Amino acid sequence: MSEYVSDSRLERVLKVGHLGVTSECGPPRGSDPEEIKKKGMLIKDYVDAVNVTDNQTAMTRMSSLAACVHLKLLGIEPVLQMVTRDRNRVALQSDILGAASFDISNMLCLSGDHQSFGDCAQGQNVHDLDSMQLVQTVRYMRDEGKFLGGDDIKRPPRLFVGAAANPFADPFEIRVPRLAKKIACGAEFIQTQCIYNVDKFKEWMRRASDRGLTEKVFIMAGMTPMKSVGMAKYMKNKVPGMDVPDEIIQRLAGVEKKHQAQEGIQICVEHIQELKEVPGIAGFHIMAIEWEEKVPEIVEKSGLYPRPEV
Amino acid sequence: MIIAEKKPIEEIIREVEAYDRILVLGCNECVTVCEAGGKKEVEVLASVLRMNFMAQDREKTIDERTLERQCDHEYLEEIRDVIDQYDAVISLACGVGVQFAAEKYMTTPVLPGVNTVCLGANEDRGLWTERCQACGSCVLARTGGICPVSRCAKRVLNGPCGGSTNGKCEISKDTDCAWQLIIDRLKALGKMDDYEIVAPVKDWSTDRAGGPRTVTREDVKI
Repeated sequence: MSEYVSDSRLERVLKVGHLGVTSECGPPRGSDPEEIKKKGMLIKDYVDAVNVTDNQTAMTRMSSLAACVHLKLLGIEPVLQMVTRDRNRVALQSDILGAASFDISNMLCLSGDHQSFGDCAQGQNVHDLDSMQLVQTVRYMRDEGKFLGGDDIKRPPRLFVGAAANPFADPFEIRVPRLAKKIACGAEFIQTQCIYNVDKFKEWMRRASDRGLTEKVFIMAGMTPMKSVGMAKYMKNKVPGMDVPDEIIQRLAGVEKKHQAQEGIQICVEHIQELKEVPGIAGFHIMAIEWEEKVPEIVEKSGLYPRPEV
Repeated sequence: MIIAEKKPIEEIIREVEAYDRILVLGCNECVTVCEAGGKKEVEVLASVLRMNFMAQDREKTIDERTLERQCDHEYLEEIRDVIDQYDAVISLACGVGVQFAAEKYMTTPVLPGVNTVCLGANEDRGLWTERCQACGSCVLARTGGICPVSRCAKRVLNGPCGGSTNGKCEISKDTDCAWQLIIDRLKALGKMDDYEIVAPVKDWSTDRAGGPRTVTREDVKI
């Protein structure tokens, strides 16, 4: 993993051997770019790259690509998230070229939440490709310089290609084979679902490591600080594929309401510190959903600041 | 089998309101099995329509007929000598039957009396479930005989997606995760290694993306 395939700072950080740090920003539900710029500037110096979500939870938002460009113009390195729910292979390849034309250097390939969760529940979904096939598509475009249809691309995209993994979704036994499959498709970095069940995550990492997968891909552990016991309960009961152990809920419930947010951050920091020691962990993906102002504190307290020069 | 379900009676009444002489036309095949459009349903619908119009003091002719199949020239021909006696046909066949009747009898309105839902199986008394989306290029050999195209809400060919919880799909606790079923079956077959074979980008040109599909068999043509 020593040659650079893109101009991505994230790629360099990971390949040099530093623990990488990414965070995420959700584009606004309107056309005003100031909101995303403000979020970006809050975390700019504390992360290596910022994921920009693609109509997350199937709610219609400003396009991920446009929001990425806004961040890029501020000197913030974006990770373009792309879901296969809304666009067919023509549109996906077209947007990949569009991103490459702005020299966006990172992309995360996802299938996306089902549209029944969003504001267009009666809409058609596409799923022409699945997330693994999207990874294959980007790799093909980059490495072979060709479109899926076989034609040559003038100036192929240079993207560092990522995928997501959920160590907690069911069935558990398939979670490592599924990671292997994503790697076989060409994923170069992995950002995981939010981790609250640290023991189960470690078990997943151990199995991945036993299969040699951590040598083949950079695994960034997903972290989301809890704002309150209410949020923890919601995540446990309502968010598909989320594993929130009861002890997290009890710990948050055990402190006064006004201190729960700080306790959530403390838990997050403790988890990062614990996971830093786990072999195969290449970095952290801090998803502070609509709480970007707390990312600097988490990064600093976790000993991940300052970010390295690469 | 093609699975259909009855349209709401209010919708059917609205559709036929303008016509005085109506033929309720059933089909003896799939819709009979799924109890949406066979002889019994034709009788029930015709009775409901008669009662509805009688209550409004409106005189209408509502006749009943059930054909062996509405998706076949031979059987649809059976109504040729009577079709001119009607202002409209309300067809209790699937969408295929409705269309085939409509194109055969160009000047008679043929209206749908059922909603055609899917290709499915009769899983239990009163329970029909989707099994196939007729994508035209079957992947079942690779997926333990369980179809991710019709049974995964995201048609994920390399699943399961990250939303699978306790064997259920992220869209509903009542919906099985197709990939959980696939994995269970691969395990039972002792073929778990097959899971890691990557399903390539699918050719959807055999699906509806390629336009209306036709099957031609020269060997059975007359």
